[in-house]
Amino acid sequence: MALTAEDVANLARLARIELSEAELEVLAPQLDVILESVARVSDVAAQDIPPTSHALPLTNVFREDELRASLSREQVLAGAPAAEQMRFRVPKILGEEA
Amino acid sequence: MTVLPYADALAAYDPVLGLEVHVELNTTSKMFCGCSTAFGAEPNTQVCPVCLGLPGSLPAVNAKAVESAIRIGLALNCTIAEWCRFARKNYFYPDMPKNYQISQYDEPIAYDGWTEVVLDGEIYRIGIERAHMEEDTGKSLHVGGATGRIHGADYSLLDYNRSGVPLIEIVTKPVEGTGAKAPEVARAYVTMLRDLLRTLGVSDVRMEQGSLRCDANVSLRPVGRSTFGTRTETKNVNSLRSVERAVRYEITRQAAILASGGRVTQETRHWHEDSGITTPGRNKETAEDYRYFPEPDLVPIAPSREWVEELHATLPEPPTARLKRVRAEWGFSELEMRDVVSAGAVNAIEATVAAGATPQSARKWWLTEIARHANEEGVDLEAVGVTPQQVAEIQALVENGTINDKLARQVFEGVIAGEGSPAEVVTARKLAIVSDEGALAAAVNEAINANPDIVDKIKSGKVQATGALIGSVMKQMRGQADAARVREMILEKIG
Ligand SMILES: [Zn+2]
Repeated sequence: MALTAEDVANLARLARIELSEAELEVLAPQLDVILESVARVSDVAAQDIPPTSHALPLTNVFREDELRASLSREQVLAGAPAAEQMRFRVPKILGEEA
Repeated sequence: MTVLPYADALAAYDPVLGLEVHVELNTTSKMFCGCSTAFGAEPNTQVCPVCLGLPGSLPAVNAKAVESAIRIGLALNCTIAEWCRFARKNYFYPDMPKNYQISQYDEPIAYDGWTEVVLDGEIYRIGIERAHMEEDTGKSLHVGGATGRIHGADYSLLDYNRSGVPLIEIVTKPVEGTGAKAPEVARAYVTMLRDLLRTLGVSDVRMEQGSLRCDANVSLRPVGRSTFGTRTETKNVNSLRSVERAVRYEITRQAAILASGGRVTQETRHWHEDSGITTPGRNKETAEDYRYFPEPDLVPIAPSREWVEELHATLPEPPTARLKRVRAEWGFSELEMRDVVSAGAVNAIEATVAAGATPQSARKWWLTEIARHANEEGVDLEAVGVTPQQVAEIQALVENGTINDKLARQVFEGVIAGEGSPAEVVTARKLAIVSDEGALAAAVNEAINANPDIVDKIKSGKVQATGALIGSVMKQMRGQADAARVREMILEKIG
């Protein structure tokens, strides 16, 4: 399946990345090559090989329900674009709720 | 917004419900990190690199949260997955600093269950589609604009204390065949779920604090049709009362659209508690595409059958069996129990009885005095501000003669107004019944002297006329007297 410029435009929208028409035209065939390369994995994946999502053959790796120290608020807000009332201040959120 | 009268809507259309309940677990620490889940802390004080989504941080699954998820699944008669994974739900919104939420997608930990709700003595079976694990989001505050809503806001402020709190989402299968009872069945279901989750001990289930939240899907189809109509999903339904009101409103709103030949738009809507209506939320030009994929930072969960069996053994009795048992224990009539269930007062009464009150007195206070306050304020019983312990204390004050039922109402007022414990309110408001015989005798004399005609009536055998004199005495004593003792004293004096 060939990836179209439209597919890439949709992905860019979902990822909030702005791309020009020219960039879309360039990226579509490039991403297509990547997809095709990855798809070759299925050539060797026989029926008896279960799909995997993790490199380690582990299950049930749990942590006990115990408290660990959180960061100080100063540390937390140090990464904020701006802070106000002890909170992260961000641009107003458009297109949500009413 | 035009709506069709409810009866007309139901005559033409058959409602189908779908309920999604999010419940915050009461674990000590968050789902994937060791930050505290305690409610009400100062903003951004329970936050770490993991729940803040800082690069290089790695999540680690809270064992207790998985245990609670399995117990919830079992209590809802679900199958527990032998193997399941977490998934990333990708979206850009500042309440999720990672730009994705760790959730479960097509492999929920529990699925295909059922439960029952009792409404007006009838049992409704509700199918459970799934119960899955995820993490809660941060809390946003919209600044500027008039109402704290996003429209007109200048900017938003984020508190990430709630980000990463373990959340279980419980989704019903389509609920059909409830007809005009649909709004009440929806409320009864959420009430049952709240009680069940509390009995399981897995959540605080405080709707007013957001630890139990409900989204209500409603669709209509012409009566007699079997295919479903277009549904809307109403969010922000934050009390039991609102669940019923929001479903009812959506039925009348959608019916008006359909009756005039229109089509219902599939959308998210917002419930407005004050105006009692829903309004459209985000209008999506394109369908939501969360691009779910298996969470690469977490390994699969494969609960052993032994573990599941072990947890199964810890389950409380099923909701309907519990109702049967407590009715028998409390000695309530069918009708009394029906009222208690529909008021959502079962847990409250159970806790009040456990605190020492008799079942009948517990029932009386929750269904009269506290229910009255709840109605006036438009909140659920448990949000009124009186604890079961306090109700039991007030009843104990009545039983030891410190106050009577009438004065107890003033004690409730005081407790609700935040004036302190029942005993403190009695002292501060000087409500204790005067047992000072001298003061009582003076009031009795005063009443007798002021009402010679009534005294004559009583002397001529009309004992029921005593009531007027008792009233006069009680008035002088500002209600703080034992009416039986007053009656005794009056009859002694006249007799
Ligand atoms: Zn954390």
